[in-house]
Amino acid sequence: MTLSTLWFIVIGLLFSIFLFLEGFDFGVGMSTRFLAKDEQERAAIMSTIGPHWDGNETWLVTAGGAMFASLPMWYASLFSGYYILFLLVLVGLILRGVSFEFHKHAETKTGRNMWMWTFFIGSILPPFFLCMILLSMVQGIPMNANGDAFPKFFDVVNLLSVVGGVAGVLLSLVHGLNFIRLRIEGPLRERARKLNQILYPILFLGEVVFAVLVFLQTDFFTKRFGSSLFITVLIVLFSLLGYYGVLKDREGWSFAGSGLSLSMVIVLLFNGLFPRVMIATNPAHSILIKNAANSQYTLTIMTIVACILVPIVAIYFIWSYSLFTKRINPRENTVKY
Amino acid sequence: MLGVGLSIVSLARFQFAMTTVFHFFFVPFSIGMGFLVAIMETIYAVKKDKVYLDMAKFWGKIFLLSFAVGIVTGIIQEFQFGMNWSEYSRFMGDVFGAPLAIEALLAFFIESVFIGIWMFTWDRFKPGVHAFMIWMTSIGTMLSAIWILAANSFMQHPTGFKINNTTGRIQLTDFGAVVANPQLWRVFPHVILAAFMTAAVVIAGMSAWGLLRKKKNENHFFKTSLRFGLWASLIFAILSAGAGDLQTQQIIKDQPMKFAATEGIYKDTKDPAPWTIVELIDAKNHKASGQIEVPGVLSILAYHRLSGSVKGMDTINKELHAKYDKQFGKNMNYYVPPKTLFWSFRVMTGIDALIMLVSFVGLIFSRKKKDTIENHKWMLVVLGICIWVPFIGNSAGWFITEFGRYPWIVYGLFTIAQAVSPTSTVANLLFSNIIYFALFLFLGGVMVWYSRQTLHHGPYFEEADSKQNVDPFAKEAFGK
Repeated sequence: MTLSTLWFIVIGLLFSIFLFLEGFDFGVGMSTRFLAKDEQERAAIMSTIGPHWDGNETWLVTAGGAMFASLPMWYASLFSGYYILFLLVLVGLILRGVSFEFHKHAETKTGRNMWMWTFFIGSILPPFFLCMILLSMVQGIPMNANGDAFPKFFDVVNLLSVVGGVAGVLLSLVHGLNFIRLRIEGPLRERARKLNQILYPILFLGEVVFAVLVFLQTDFFTKRFGSSLFITVLIVLFSLLGYYGVLKDREGWSFAGSGLSLSMVIVLLFNGLFPRVMIATNPAHSILIKNAANSQYTLTIMTIVACILVPIVAIYFIWSYSLFTKRINPRENTVKY
Repeated sequence: MLGVGLSIVSLARFQFAMTTVFHFFFVPFSIGMGFLVAIMETIYAVKKDKVYLDMAKFWGKIFLLSFAVGIVTGIIQEFQFGMNWSEYSRFMGDVFGAPLAIEALLAFFIESVFIGIWMFTWDRFKPGVHAFMIWMTSIGTMLSAIWILAANSFMQHPTGFKINNTTGRIQLTDFGAVVANPQLWRVFPHVILAAFMTAAVVIAGMSAWGLLRKKKNENHFFKTSLRFGLWASLIFAILSAGAGDLQTQQIIKDQPMKFAATEGIYKDTKDPAPWTIVELIDAKNHKASGQIEVPGVLSILAYHRLSGSVKGMDTINKELHAKYDKQFGKNMNYYVPPKTLFWSFRVMTGIDALIMLVSFVGLIFSRKKKDTIENHKWMLVVLGICIWVPFIGNSAGWFITEFGRYPWIVYGLFTIAQAVSPTSTVANLLFSNIIYFALFLFLGGVMVWYSRQTLHHGPYFEEADSKQNVDPFAKEAFGK
């Protein structure tokens, strides 16, 4: 395996970890409207991710940085080609990121409401538009020889990309509810489980539609039928695991299941992309990993750096989660949000 | 005019300027606040003087507000290179991505994880252990500055690379040279010390407003904070001026045009070179007039001795044409915007001097032996107004750095006009500019509003609040 292929996998891995972690952050943000019934519950829900959301989002920043550092032609084409969608992702992330601190300082009901709404909207926009970008990109878009992407409106907004966006949002919500079940005690926790009992069947339907559309609209199943099918089955199986956890009231299983489903979506897309990073309608203009990659020297340095730093990050990252395991009771919440 | 005003390049440049300037209001402030709050908490851990705990908590709130806005505006920066400057990303990918990725892995994870722990564990760890968390955050913010400045320093003064013959793009040949870039190790101290100064000035200024409220129970808190802030702002204002001087030495060598423009020199100066305090610049005809000069001082600034003339922009322009015409053509304009640089430099250095002066006077008025500062209301008001001043100075500094690189995006290798995304449209850029501008105005306003509100409540607001609200039958009422 070449270093550039290794970095393609690393980027995929970073995006998977990002979706696993930030996925529940997004879902938690959405739950402030779909689950919580009053201010106290909303604040409790917000505080479940208070110490973690920033670290989780750093995985996205790292994935973007890694993309720039290893496959810059991909980074350049993708980000410039999906300009407006990335702008909307950014707007979402900005609104969300400030909500935590600003909500803490808001003293009127209107103020607190406003920051809860920015939290909610900022939790829906990014997963929706990120999934939309990825699922538009894998269908193939008009590109030139320089690698500039010029997707037209219906290249960006079509059945698969919209279904993908909605599925990403739904899966994040389900994942967030599973996280809430892990971190909250009392009736709110039970309500999260009940809501997921309703959401899972819809999710399964969505996943089937998604799989059919991927089959029809991309070349994943013609290029690599076996692995694409296998990963699609895994997505559904992990979701079933999550559903099992809902039915049996085992939130650990649910959380692992929904998180891995999200990660597997990235695996499916990266598996189908390989060895390309951008798919052009004219195959001659598609960008291949080897053409997108940096020099061997730079990739070697990045590999050494990653091998040293990632394990260290992983250790304190996991340790930070181990500090906040006590369940939050919405009625006795001492954390101010 | 409209065609020029709304060209894709100028809109993309405007966006970069706007987003970085706004981001850079909060970055130095957060870096400085993190550091100063870490010191406060360490003093508490060592001396067990409760006022320092109150200070760490109170100023920590302001730090968190600024940090939040800093993070969200930072994500724009990373995405922006791909969105607006895709040709730049292609050209520079081999060099530029690495520091960004390392910044994320090494710095962003430390700061984001440890700030999360720090925020929520005041009651859980011993003071020393808890202070460790804010130190980690602070170190993270400084590491982040190193790596982003490493990337910027390459743009100012490329080192450790070659141009790949087949692709025509930059190829990294020596990563060590990128990290050891002399620009980096001269700009980093200047930026970091100015960051400390920024936070110190805000702490002193907000404490001055706090003292003006004349609440007895807060007097000790705000007085201690004021003295702390004034000492820090005096020390760091002096140090950052010194660091800036070191950086200037490097700029004269690497980017003489930038230096000549900050001094508004068109013709080569006499020997020894006089320093122009103010002058009128006619940028169109490359002429300056009405100079008020101090003889010999520019030689001291430039060479640390009383001799040596300084090259003017006209000479440097000719030299650059001789050097680059073969590659970039005769039509290049190598004059950097002289008015922007000339006045930015004067604003920046003037502000630094002002801060030194105000801090010094403030320290004298509040000296322990004869503390009369509360009788000098005007002094407290001046300190309070000074809160805004370092932010202007920081922006002016970046104006010099970034405008002074014109017309290059990577000095001597790649022009700004070459770097823009071929996919960019005026409509997209106009749309995103409006969105960002509206968002920034909103976020900045809210951030200032909540900081003001926090100050208004004072440091003992929550204590008083929780005393009133504790239900006598709740667990908390019986202690822990």
